[in-house]
Formats: sequence, C-alpha cells, structure tokens
Amino acid sequence: MDVYLPIANLSVNWLVIVLLGGGVGLLSGMFGVGGGFLTTPLLIVYGISPTVAAATSASQVTGSCVSGVVAHFRRNGVDVKMGATLVSGGLIGAMLGTLLFRWLQKTGQIDTVIALIYVLLLGTIGILMARESLQSIGAMHNGGRPRARKRRHHPLVTVLPFRTRYYRSGLYISPLAPLLLGCFTGVLTTLLGIGGGFILIPAMLYLLGMSTQVVVGTSLFQTLFVTAAATMAHATSTKSVDIVLAALLLVGSVTGAQVGVRLAMRIRPEYLRLALALMVLAVAARMAVGLGWRPADLFTVDVT
Amino acid sequence: MRRIGRSVSLALAPLLIGAAKPVLVPDVSQRTIDIAYSFTGAELLLFGAIVYPGGHAPERGEDPADIIVVVRGPVQSVTVREKRKIAGIWMNADNLRYRSAPSYYAIASSRPVDQLLDEKTRAIYEIGLDSLQLSPASTAPIAQQDRFAAGLVALRRKEGLYADAPDAVEIADGVLYRARIRIPALVPVGHFTAETFLVRDGHVLAVATRTLTIRKSGFERFVATSADSRSFIYGLVVVALSVSLGWGAGWVARRA
Repeated sequence: MDVYLPIANLSVNWLVIVLLGGGVGLLSGMFGVGGGFLTTPLLIVYGISPTVAAATSASQVTGSCVSGVVAHFRRNGVDVKMGATLVSGGLIGAMLGTLLFRWLQKTGQIDTVIALIYVLLLGTIGILMARESLQSIGAMHNGGRPRARKRRHHPLVTVLPFRTRYYRSGLYISPLAPLLLGCFTGVLTTLLGIGGGFILIPAMLYLLGMSTQVVVGTSLFQTLFVTAAATMAHATSTKSVDIVLAALLLVGSVTGAQVGVRLAMRIRPEYLRLALALMVLAVAARMAVGLGWRPADLFTVDVT
Repeated sequence: MRRIGRSVSLALAPLLIGAAKPVLVPDVSQRTIDIAYSFTGAELLLFGAIVYPGGHAPERGEDPADIIVVVRGPVQSVTVREKRKIAGIWMNADNLRYRSAPSYYAIASSRPVDQLLDEKTRAIYEIGLDSLQLSPASTAPIAQQDRFAAGLVALRRKEGLYADAPDAVEIADGVLYRARIRIPALVPVGHFTAETFLVRDGHVLAVATRTLTIRKSGFERFVATSADSRSFIYGLVVVALSVSLGWGAGWVARRA
C-alpha cells in the first residue's frame, strides 16, 4: 500500500491519495471547478510539503480540465480568441508567480501567504456565491423567475484602449482587460496550485460581461493552458513536481470527475452552487483557524 | 560471521605486541540502503566485538566498558524559523541559519551518555543530541542560538530524523555488542557514517567508523535525477500525462 514519492521524499499510502484525488474529482465534476483549492490544503494536511503540494496539484487540475474543454469545444462553447488573450496573460502571470514563489520561499513567508490568500479569496468568493445562490433559491420557492441580470461590462473595462471584437463572447473591449485578468489568475495558479476558475468565471461574467454560453468553456480553456504552464514553471524552477503523486491524484480525479458530471445532472444548479459555496467557506474557515491557532511546532526547518 | 572471525584475528595482531587497551571490531548490517518504490524506512543493525587485551572479557567486579554508536547523515545548511503571533496570525518571525546540521543523527548507547562522558568530551565527539556542532551563521545571543537549536532537534526528532536511545545497545558477555537503528522513509540520500565509541571511566578508549550509502534506486532514482537535470522534459512528461489521463477518462466515459 505504501508508495515512495521520489520528489516529495516520503512514502504515502497510494489508496489514500487515489481516493483523495477521486473525492476532489467528484466535486470538480459536479461543480465544474478544477478542485485545486481542495487538493493543495488536503495534501498539506497529509504531510506533503506546501511547495510540492502546490506544484503537483496544478498538474491534477490540468487533467480534470481536459475532458471539459473537449466537451465545450464540441458544442462550440469556447471563445478561442478570448481564451488566447487570457492564456497569454496567464503565461505572464505564471512567470511572475514563480518569481514571487521563490522570493517568498527565501523569506520563509510562503506558507503564511498561501494560507492568507486562501482565507481572503475563498472567504470572499464563498460569501458572494452563498448569497447569490440563496437569493435564487428564495426566488425559486416564491414561484417567481430570478430576474435576468443585464449583461454589461464594468466601467473600468470600457476606458481601456485598443478595443477589439470578441465575436463568440459578444464583446467589443480592450484585450488589456482579459490579459490582466489572465495574468492575475496565472499568479494565483503558481502560488496556490489552483486553476482559478472560481475567480475567472465571476470576473468574466460581471467584469467583462461575457456571453454566458462561452464563459465556462473559455475559463476551462484558460485553466488547461495556465495550469500546464504552472507545472512547467514549477518543474524547471522549484523542481518540486512529483510525477508519482501527480499520477496517483490524476487516476482518482479523472475517474471521480466523470462520476461527478453525471451526478450533477440530477441536482438543481441553485443547490449545487450553494453546496459549493459552503464547501469553499469551510476550506477558508479551516485555513483561518490554522493561521490564528497556536501551531504545534513553532519551529520549521528549511534546507538551504 | 567468518568475516568477523577473520577481523578479530587481524585485530588481535597488535595486541600480541603488547597494547593494553581494548579495541573495537565493528560492522553494520548493510553498506548500502536502496530507496525503492515501497520504501517505508529501514532498520540498520550495528554490531561488533570488543577485544580486550589478553583476549578475555572483564572479570566480575572489574568495571565493564560501554558502547556508544552514532549514525550520521550528510551535513546540510539549514534555516530554522520561529513562528510568532503577529497581528493575530502565527507567522515566521525570527530565523537563524546553521551551516552544518546533520541531515540524520541517531545515537544509541549501553547507558545514558551523560553518565558515561562529561560535557566537554561529548562536545568533542559530538555525542548526544545536545552536543551537536551546528555552526550557527550569525552572532545571535547564546540563549537564542540554544533555543533555535533545541527547536531544530525537537522537530527532527518528531520526524524520526534525529533519535537517541539510551540503553539500546546490548552487550552480550561483555564482548559482543549490537544496536538497532531505525532509518525513516524521510531520510535524505548520501554518504552516512556509523561510528562506534568504546568508553570506560569517562574516557573514549577506541573509535571505529564504517561508512554506508543511502541512495534512490531504479525508477525512483531515474525520476529524481530526471526532475533535477532534465527538468524541462520532465515537466513536459508530467503535462502530457495529465492531458492524456484526463482525455482518456473523458473518452472512456463517452463510450460507456
């Protein structure tokens, strides 16, 4: 049952890792997210160093995105031009993220920063999502249809220069907006090992005002490339991508994802979103407790 | 055992010339430890013989000698960080760099080492977890250095990388000794030394050293070296693996 991880330098129970990947895959299939925000903390709890955890879970997200991207391409749900702009930003972000990662590693603050970003980001997103899904559940029960949001982009986006047309998204905006958005997500991908879908999707909807038909597909498209780039960045700079760990996680998560997609069809999307919001909040709360609680070991050792 | 027999007779040779001190004939159960796919740690057996002048064990009433064994991994330069609560958050605050912390250190003895040797002698031979020469790379006050050193030792003990076992060395008939040392899965690779000290009346009478190598083997070695020296290709392989597994699962699911 024990398998030695050649990069993480410790042995793990392979069944636990496959099941962990499977559980995350199940959720990611159900909710349409990459699931990296769950993998990284869970691996850290299991005893794998934060660096290896973040580096390796990025490659797991790549795997869980692929079938989604293929499916969305089939039904023409990807704006390739928008996707390419986001990916270019994402690649720049991944590079910046690597520099930031190494700097934080050197100063010893990487763990705190990872945990802080998790708390702030997941806390905010979780609260917003929970509120939105509760409103739509309430509207559903009152019999009324939830009023459709008027689709428009944020005023800040309209002032940016060099406008261009994104036909599939139904937009005429500056490519700088998606470029910056992609860059920001790229930084987060390298730092946290997450795909960033749960930031990207709301931003695409409410900041850029993209057409809803292409939002999920395009977000997955960006996640696929940027997590792959983050894996490459980690492989060449921090050298902490563990291929055995990645394979175990992937076997679990790609299987779980397929089951999750089928499960999701039987549940109302409003309840799904609420469940995802609660889960995101639970992870944020766990991280917050970890920051405020007196740790069992006050000392940490880094080999330099 | 034949080898020991031969070494014993070899070791006895100088005695015939009239040396009065006992000598050590040590060995370790394994000269190499291979880390392969199901490596969960290893157990190292250190054993050997104490050869007394005249070839007989000490008589009753005569003070018997004690044995201390120390297994040591390659030294590392480490940074030890201490967490402090800053603005409600536990984060790394102070740090101290040590230039020569052993990556692995296990000590076993036939009696607690502080009963066998005084502090100075222990410091000379680096016997005991409180006597490691870590060479701090700063001029921090002694109290602070000690606090960080204690933190380092406590953490590595918890990981099984540092261990001390007083009374773990068995001496049979005053002549043959053996001790088991646990090597955890977390162990770093490199050249290790196994030192055996023969101690009596607060003096180190004899020291003998054996070296052993811990290394990754087979697939694990291949992965570790590829990740290090061919990191770009290694990264591509990981990405290709993720894409093909993800795509394959989707393909299977569509057929089913």
